[in-house]
Amino acid sequence: MANRPMLEVVALEKRFGTTTVLKKIDLKVSQGELVFVIGPSGSGKSTMLRCCNRLEEPTSGDIIVNGRNIMAGTRRDLDRMRLQIGMVFQGFHLYPHMSVLKNVTLAQRKALKRSKAEADARAMDMLEQVGLAHKADAYPGELSGGQQQRVAIARSLALDPKVMLFDEPTSALDPELVGSVLKVMKDLKSKGMTMVVVSHEMGFARETADRVIFMDGGVVVEEGTPDELFGNPKADRTRAFLSRVSG
Amino acid sequence: MDIFIDQFFNIDIMRQSLPLMMSGLWMTLKLCSAVILLGLIGGLFVALGNMSERRWLRWISIAYTDLFRALPPLVLLIFIYAGLPFAGVNISPFYAVVIAFLLNNSSYYAEVYRAGLISVAKGQWEAAQSTGLSTVQTLAHVVLPQAIRNVLPDLLSNTVEVVKLTSLASVISLSELLYNAGMARSVTYNASPLVLAALIYLVLLWPLVRLVSHFQRRLAA
Repeated sequence: MANRPMLEVVALEKRFGTTTVLKKIDLKVSQGELVFVIGPSGSGKSTMLRCCNRLEEPTSGDIIVNGRNIMAGTRRDLDRMRLQIGMVFQGFHLYPHMSVLKNVTLAQRKALKRSKAEADARAMDMLEQVGLAHKADAYPGELSGGQQQRVAIARSLALDPKVMLFDEPTSALDPELVGSVLKVMKDLKSKGMTMVVVSHEMGFARETADRVIFMDGGVVVEEGTPDELFGNPKADRTRAFLSRVSG
Repeated sequence: MDIFIDQFFNIDIMRQSLPLMMSGLWMTLKLCSAVILLGLIGGLFVALGNMSERRWLRWISIAYTDLFRALPPLVLLIFIYAGLPFAGVNISPFYAVVIAFLLNNSSYYAEVYRAGLISVAKGQWEAAQSTGLSTVQTLAHVVLPQAIRNVLPDLLSNTVEVVKLTSLASVISLSELLYNAGMARSVTYNASPLVLAALIYLVLLWPLVRLVSHFQRRLAA
């Protein structure tokens, strides 16, 4: 595993009006690393993640992806950089008026300018990888939540991103469907994908994360390996949070 | 009873007036296509202006839709046709009608589009943008198809209103369907041409009205 940072968040600040949601956040994610972000709701963890591809506009700070600052440059530069940053949402957000296959090919065709044949082939590969090749012609409304989320992951992966951001990817799923999505994420990690995951799946974090970050009140309170953070949390706030969620 | 049939459903009179009615219908169709087509395009841009992040663009869009929905279209038409010449601006009856009704109609279409755009979840925008699609691509492939589908009955309803609206053009003597029917009535001294005009409007609009109900039921399901 190379030590080159694939994603770097530098002195990131976000204010909504007079409320400061993120206070000078710094974060480095190495190539192939899986960083897991936990924290109570309102801690700013989702906002931090959404700043990483500027779905949320940072108030100040820099976001460096694969050596390039996405805060600099034009809107078109940003569109191009976003191809390198995959994002998976809590609510899946598949396009309901398109088949699964078209969901996965749209950005390949329009943003990457791949040919139809190339995009279709790539989409089928990715759907295969998430175990849904047989659903290529189905519409999102016909799929379970877990299947929709796996299609959403395939949609991102088809663009060959360098980093994948997961914003509570299993929070909207029925408990019995969570496993299938986590399995896909685990596969992805084993293939060397750089990942930042905001989630409450502590078991998954213990098993797969290289590093766990605990955020509260817009700052990183504590970080460490899963063993350090879950086994021997140093800060009182971390301890209080962990006892609440494992309660 | 005889006088009723003779005055309203006189087949001979209807046959005599048919060429005039057809040329009127042709004019009505030309007006409709211009006003509907331009209205659908113009309305979309006004709606997008309304959703813009630029405040001045939003204000212009709001002022436009408020003004032209509040002004009676007939007042607008007569002002453009008979008022503007006082400032040396002469516009042919056809273009006066197109301009007046376009201003009115595009502001209604804009409001319908706006409702449609709002109805598309924010997550759709975010998903599309996160995959590197530009704003225009996001609109064209992801947001607008869903927005338009959600407000299809209202777009159609508004289109029905436009067709009916064009009959007001008779006020400035533009030889569309209603105006020609009036001509035929005064020449033949018989009201059957008016009934014929009404029937033509009905044939034109009834399928559209049906379609609106059909879409409404499908969307509700």
